[in-house]
Amino acid sequence: MTYPRNTLQSTALAVRMHGISKSFGPVRANRDASLDVVRGEIHALVGENGAGKSTLMKILGGLITPDAGTVEVEGRDVTGWSTADAIAAGVGVVHQHFMLVPTLTVAENLVLGKEPTTGGRIDMQRAIADVQKLGEETGLVIDGTRLVSDLSVGEAQRVEILKTLYRGARILVLDEPTAVLSPPEVKELVQVLKRVRESGGTVIIITHRLEEVMALSDNITVMRAGATVANLHTADTNPAEIAQAMVGRHVRLSTRESLGAAAARTDVSGPGLTVSNLVVGGVRRTREVDDVSFEIRPGEILGIAGVEGNGQSELIEALAGLRPVVSGSIRLGSRHITDASVRDRHDAGLSHIPEDRQRRGLVMEYTVADNLVLGQQHHFSHNGTLDRAAIADYARRQIAEFDIRPADPLLPARALSGGNQQKIVVAREMGRDFHVLLASQPTRGVDVGAIEFIHAQILAARAAGRAILLVSAELNEVLSLSDRIAVMYRGRFVTVMPAAEASEDVLGPLMIGGQVAAA
Amino acid sequence: MTSSTAAGITVSNTRSKSERREKIEEALFPPLVAILVAFVCGDILILSFGQSPLTVWRLMLEGAWGNAYGIGQVLYKATTLSFTGLAVAIGYRAGLFNIGAEGQLAAGGFLAAVVGLAMPAATPAVIAILVCCAAAAAGGGVVGAVPGWLRTRFGAHEVITTIMINFIVLALLNWVIATHLHVPETLHTPEIRAGALARLDSFIGAMHGSAANLTIVIAVLVAAASWWYLFRTRGGYDLRAVGLQPDAAEYGGVNVGGVFFKALTIGGAIAGLGGVNFVLGYKHYYEDGFAGGTGFLGIAVALVGRNNPFGVILAALFFATLSQGGLAVNAFVPKQIVDVLQGVVIIAIAASVPEVRRILLGARRRISEPPTRTTPDVPTANEHAATPPAAAV
Repeated sequence: MTYPRNTLQSTALAVRMHGISKSFGPVRANRDASLDVVRGEIHALVGENGAGKSTLMKILGGLITPDAGTVEVEGRDVTGWSTADAIAAGVGVVHQHFMLVPTLTVAENLVLGKEPTTGGRIDMQRAIADVQKLGEETGLVIDGTRLVSDLSVGEAQRVEILKTLYRGARILVLDEPTAVLSPPEVKELVQVLKRVRESGGTVIIITHRLEEVMALSDNITVMRAGATVANLHTADTNPAEIAQAMVGRHVRLSTRESLGAAAARTDVSGPGLTVSNLVVGGVRRTREVDDVSFEIRPGEILGIAGVEGNGQSELIEALAGLRPVVSGSIRLGSRHITDASVRDRHDAGLSHIPEDRQRRGLVMEYTVADNLVLGQQHHFSHNGTLDRAAIADYARRQIAEFDIRPADPLLPARALSGGNQQKIVVAREMGRDFHVLLASQPTRGVDVGAIEFIHAQILAARAAGRAILLVSAELNEVLSLSDRIAVMYRGRFVTVMPAAEASEDVLGPLMIGGQVAAA
Repeated sequence: MTSSTAAGITVSNTRSKSERREKIEEALFPPLVAILVAFVCGDILILSFGQSPLTVWRLMLEGAWGNAYGIGQVLYKATTLSFTGLAVAIGYRAGLFNIGAEGQLAAGGFLAAVVGLAMPAATPAVIAILVCCAAAAAGGGVVGAVPGWLRTRFGAHEVITTIMINFIVLALLNWVIATHLHVPETLHTPEIRAGALARLDSFIGAMHGSAANLTIVIAVLVAAASWWYLFRTRGGYDLRAVGLQPDAAEYGGVNVGGVFFKALTIGGAIAGLGGVNFVLGYKHYYEDGFAGGTGFLGIAVALVGRNNPFGVILAALFFATLSQGGLAVNAFVPKQIVDVLQGVVIIAIAASVPEVRRILLGARRRISEPPTRTTPDVPTANEHAATPPAAAV
């Protein structure tokens, strides 16, 4: 199917979506949303979680049919088209989760479903040559003979983009592409997307990292609650203005100064966390955590920076009692908890915000109230019978204090937005008397407003003399909250430095295996 | 995308109520649809035998519920099915598929009979009954505990182990009865000396001859206790958390392996208690093969009852009605038709749970927004637009 390039004014627009509405049951994902993307630009689509960005892109990609509104691609009305039509018309969606076959080579993955054949047999030489040629054209150079399972995350993403381009995409849609990348890989991606733009392609990128929006995009569309609320020229705006449009009110962006983080307090007392020579096993490696030692004093935040998959998750799980320790010891204050059960650790004052709230942190089918007592259900029962009145009472108080919306303790957790689900976890783990907090990706997938709230909670806990271990894929978060920062690479702490000495430029190379400069 | 912040806030007042209604609909509709499908299949079968479906259904209903004897038989059959259904349901709530109710039921009945035989006839009835019931629960409990332990200790899958333990238990019991405990020329034990439960016909004369007995009271009490345990105790909170999300349960300090062991042991004990219905209430002896598939049918009962203890009782009554009604229409159609219907119900319910959910969602969407639909029915660029969006489910 070909779409004629016609009419003067629409040739300038690669994508024009107008008056788009889409509902899923009672949820109105899009309400009269619009999007205009000029051909040959990089266009950022930003908004809080649940603002309707992904739905809008799914409509563009043909995965979903809108209830109302029109979609035009290159001047042609294509409302309600199918994914096959979208691909044929040159709209390529690069998914957040890679859709690659790990046991096949880069070239094999690239040509999958569109294999060049000679006499009915796949012509691998031609496939590899195609990869080479495409790589040279776009600057996305990668060896076509390598196995996908051997690639780093950044390389795998490059293959995803190449795959989309190989299928003739002229309009590239990327859904949160930088969430899984280290800072140097993000820089490379920026270069790649700029090259795509130079060769005449159009890029639509969904992201919630405002600094990337500023560095990368030409124009910005901001969505809130399903509707388009602002169209901005990147050159004429600033992160604060974008954030305000996203949330609908003024927000403080988390910088060290704005958060008012003072120097680490030394006047508070209480038990801290001491970890000595910890070794933890795992699936990929026998030593996912390899001889790690550190101490967190009361009133201190130790941040761990690192590309995901370098042992951070295993470290947190071992500290929380969810993964056996091979050797080493863990002390909470003076108490050894290396072999203590999850419940004993909880009662000893260890709180844990897990990295995956939907798998670990919440029982999604349980009510908000039942989730608020998860882990302390033994404190809400007498002779084995749950004290429903006490649970309801406690839930109402926590919901009010932590502003969980909707304020209905009997809703199942799955009915809440990501940010409010995370507030349940935060309310449960921080709304009690605790000494040590393990905060793993505390703001992952939550909206700007909730991020602000959670950061304030963490800093308040620090001020109250709690010891906090923070793991985050958001380098900014680690940089702005921590007192000291450790970089974790292949299970080891490469370095531990005061936050004042750390910056993205210092940490970035260390996160991908660089050496610590001799000081 | 299914849980939007904005929608969550703006409709918060009605949301909770509609969530609850949705929950009830989702629990109720699949079994009802499955039963409807089964009756349509039944119609076709009956017609193929040259009979009128209406006549056959009426005869079935009359045979089951038309007279006191029929009702008594339905109640008797439903009683055992409630126990085995609860055994499966409790396992299911913990995320386990207990296929072992058949062996657990047989072991419970056997131990109740052995204890009843061993006790002197002069034992006070209340004590004798309690001791026999405890023995039945212990028998089933041990048979359930073994796969529970294997799962907890070695990670052996309970589907495999419970099936295999059925064979072992049934074969062992068969051997013990055939070689040591039988009355000559039969495959049953002598009658118990103490522990017999009164039949219902001693209170309601019209039920004369039916097997219904006071075990039905125990069944209702056990169902109520199961409900209380699942939804009102910490043990039930932990158990259901394990069944829904084992990772979250572990995070919440629950000993997941311990819950596996407990769920299969409790389930086994409940199935074992079901043996009381036959041994103490009906025949007063243990007979080889008395379980006769009731344990396996418990899986269907739990499925149709949506693993809710009171739903299990309703489902048990339904299957008991089918079974008793099948006897009444034997002259018109083969009574195996009932087995076919049971099979259709099970398959239909297994298939209908997600399907019914989809239809319900679709219907709600159509109701909620008729005026805003403007363009989608007129796809402009192509003809594939009608493809249902997978993401909408």
